Amino acid sequence: MTSSAQPPDDALLEATDITKSFPGVRALDGVHLTVRRGRLNALLGENGAGKSTLMNILAGVFPPDAGTVRLAGKPVRFQNTREAQAAGIAIIFQELNLVPELSIAENIFIGREPLNRFGLVDFERMNADTAALLQELELDVDPRTWVSQLKVGAQQVVEIARAMSFNARVIIMDEPTSAITEHEIEVLFRQIKRLKQNGVGLIYITHKLDELPVIADDLTVFRDGKFVGAKPFKEVTRDEVIRMMVGRELADLFPKSPPQVGDVVLRVRNIYLKHPERENDFAVRDVSFEVRRGEVLGVFGLMGAGRTELLQTIFGLHPGTSTGEVEIAGKRVSIQSPQDAIAAKLALAPEDRKAEGVVLELSVAHNTTLACLSKIERFGFLQPQLEHALVGGYVSRLRVRTPSIHQAIVNLSGGNQQKVVLAKWLATEPEVLLLDEPTRGIDIHAKKEIYALIDGLARSGLGVVMVSSELPEILGVADRIMVLCEGRKTAEFSRAEATEERVVKAALPGGMNH
Amino acid sequence: MTSHRNVLDQLKRFQSVLALALMVLALALMTDKFFTVDNSLNVLRQICANLCLSVGMTIIILSGGIDLSVGSMLALSGAVAAGLLKNGVVIPGTDVFIEVTVSGAILAGLLVGTVLGWFNGLVITRFKLPPFVATLGMLSIARGLTMLWTGGFPITRLGDTFGFMGSGDVVGIPMPVWISAALVALSVVLMTRTRLGRNVYAVGGNERAARLSGLNVNRIKLLVYTLGGTMSGVAGLLVTARLDSATPTAGLSYELDSIAAVVIGGTSLNGGRGTIMGTVLGCLIIGVLNNGLVLLEVSPFWQQVIKGLVILIAVAVDKMGARKSGS
Repeated sequence: MTSSAQPPDDALLEATDITKSFPGVRALDGVHLTVRRGRLNALLGENGAGKSTLMNILAGVFPPDAGTVRLAGKPVRFQNTREAQAAGIAIIFQELNLVPELSIAENIFIGREPLNRFGLVDFERMNADTAALLQELELDVDPRTWVSQLKVGAQQVVEIARAMSFNARVIIMDEPTSAITEHEIEVLFRQIKRLKQNGVGLIYITHKLDELPVIADDLTVFRDGKFVGAKPFKEVTRDEVIRMMVGRELADLFPKSPPQVGDVVLRVRNIYLKHPERENDFAVRDVSFEVRRGEVLGVFGLMGAGRTELLQTIFGLHPGTSTGEVEIAGKRVSIQSPQDAIAAKLALAPEDRKAEGVVLELSVAHNTTLACLSKIERFGFLQPQLEHALVGGYVSRLRVRTPSIHQAIVNLSGGNQQKVVLAKWLATEPEVLLLDEPTRGIDIHAKKEIYALIDGLARSGLGVVMVSSELPEILGVADRIMVLCEGRKTAEFSRAEATEERVVKAALPGGMNH
Repeated sequence: MTSHRNVLDQLKRFQSVLALALMVLALALMTDKFFTVDNSLNVLRQICANLCLSVGMTIIILSGGIDLSVGSMLALSGAVAAGLLKNGVVIPGTDVFIEVTVSGAILAGLLVGTVLGWFNGLVITRFKLPPFVATLGMLSIARGLTMLWTGGFPITRLGDTFGFMGSGDVVGIPMPVWISAALVALSVVLMTRTRLGRNVYAVGGNERAARLSGLNVNRIKLLVYTLGGTMSGVAGLLVTARLDSATPTAGLSYELDSIAAVVIGGTSLNGGRGTIMGTVLGCLIIGVLNNGLVLLEVSPFWQQVIKGLVILIAVAVDKMGARKSGS
């Protein structure tokens, strides 16, 4: 572990022994991170490794439970993001943090608009300063343009301009290339180079190891909230990096039994979904596929590929704006609402567990029976003993770790919450399970359990559709892989045909033609 | 650590009981009139209307909404019942006059409340207006209709049979207490032992998750507001029967007392968290406070200030508890 070496004087930002717990999870357990002047430190780790938690601490979103952060040698402790910003730490979130209905200039100077002598906003100066920044970053647009009119790549440049405008010394980027085109990636990498030349230190969070040779100077790896190692990039091989990220668990992370594939249980034809904002455009375009009993179909795509929208459309969440046919177990069904979908034996575990999957205020038991209350009802009244029996069965079958089924679900870890979501759907006795990012934000052990569960459910005869943005997960869990790009189906691979390169190539815009 | 936490949780659960007990104790010591059977029944009789409104309000707030129109719906329900009872129905353009019985008038009052509540629900679910705005509109509409119906004058002398509902006793307990207690009991069963109750908690806790779980969110909301209207109707009948008069200004600003009772009872204004029994305690606290301040001869102006402070303190304590157990 090289980070324990004495801090060299070019260390801009040093975080040592950072620990942070949330109810039910220890998100960070004594991690270290050092950013040096003019260098980019790639922060690697699986989902749930604690990267975002550290980033939020550095950006002042919340304080650490223990540990110190030093900025240019001086200990700092930020109470809010404004303080972190003032100290010169800028963060570019994966979900960009811009106000769509404001102009580029207004976004860059939001909260610290220059004022004229009457105390009103000095738009002239604001726009001129913005124009200068944009020119430096080679973005040729009017500073008065609304951000909503910019592409994602250009919005990212606006975020960089904002960081530059308060002379950020440290810029943190969270998976900046997950949603942009190849050309936009090139532009971004040029900006990164320029920032480094200006002496800015960067923290760059990514899953894409292929990007590292182009931009990385150092790398730091976390796993399960713990510090694994930090090294200059030149001193490690790719295999070493992967081993550091995943540990020894890689081999048995995906328990995969030989598929026993049955009849087609879900057939979907010519699904179209209108784009929610752009007229005459589609979020999902002519997608057809089928899933057999006992099979896991993996759906891969970049952000904005239409993965989530496809599942939502099948589940009846966009009745007015979509077209297409759905057949379940050979029978044509019309699905106009989640009620229809559930009646047709579909189940959807949504991507955003907290916003759409669970009702945080309710107990484990009440969350589990939410979609099947009629089963525990007799003569118009809910029967507690029926509910306890039903919930108890799923809690032990899915190994939900909870002190009691009456525990409020908010107190459970992400992995256990996700198991309750699965329990809720299994209680409806579905034929097809639609899973949208089923392991997002849960730790690696819970992930392994979820993978085993998915495998077991498929083996018991369910058809499973699993959307994921994590390649190893798709490659490890799916029997077949369908790739989406900009709303279209661009490829389908069998498990044997699928390689990381082929899947990614099919997922990149323009990738089909090259 | 867990047992320590459990003790705190238990204390938190009973914090309103504790507050009420302290108030009762203090008043019993400070005045000799407070702790008598007469005064206790008086307190109960006085909170009945608010209790009916607040039970409906609790269900609405649990679903993630609010109803500002309960006071106006109370007034119109009471006025329609009283008017029909007193004047019967004259079919326009003819001399045909139909007399309305007491039960007919009661049914009509309940029906008015129910229809108004249903209209609230319709506006909220069909036209997607925020509940605050939709029921603010109804607050004015129902009050205006009450004025139109009564011509701005009270309708009085409604007869003993009708009056029994407001001022009669059964086994020494006033009728309004029986009626609101029955309403509370039914509501507790509804909220804890039926699908609708469970659905209301889910919709208020996380509407999107509820919808994705196949709940018919609009139907649930429509039912909730309709039910709220019916309960306002019950409250309207109780108030009218007790005063033997339907005044056009009945129930003015009652929505505030009723929201206060719900909030003091520990129900979250964000929906999804709270209980009917909490609201019953909230009503009792407000009732005892009102009664105690009168007995202590506190000026009515100060009474309002004190009531406001109690609401603030109750919610602040609740919030602090929530923050502690949340982190």
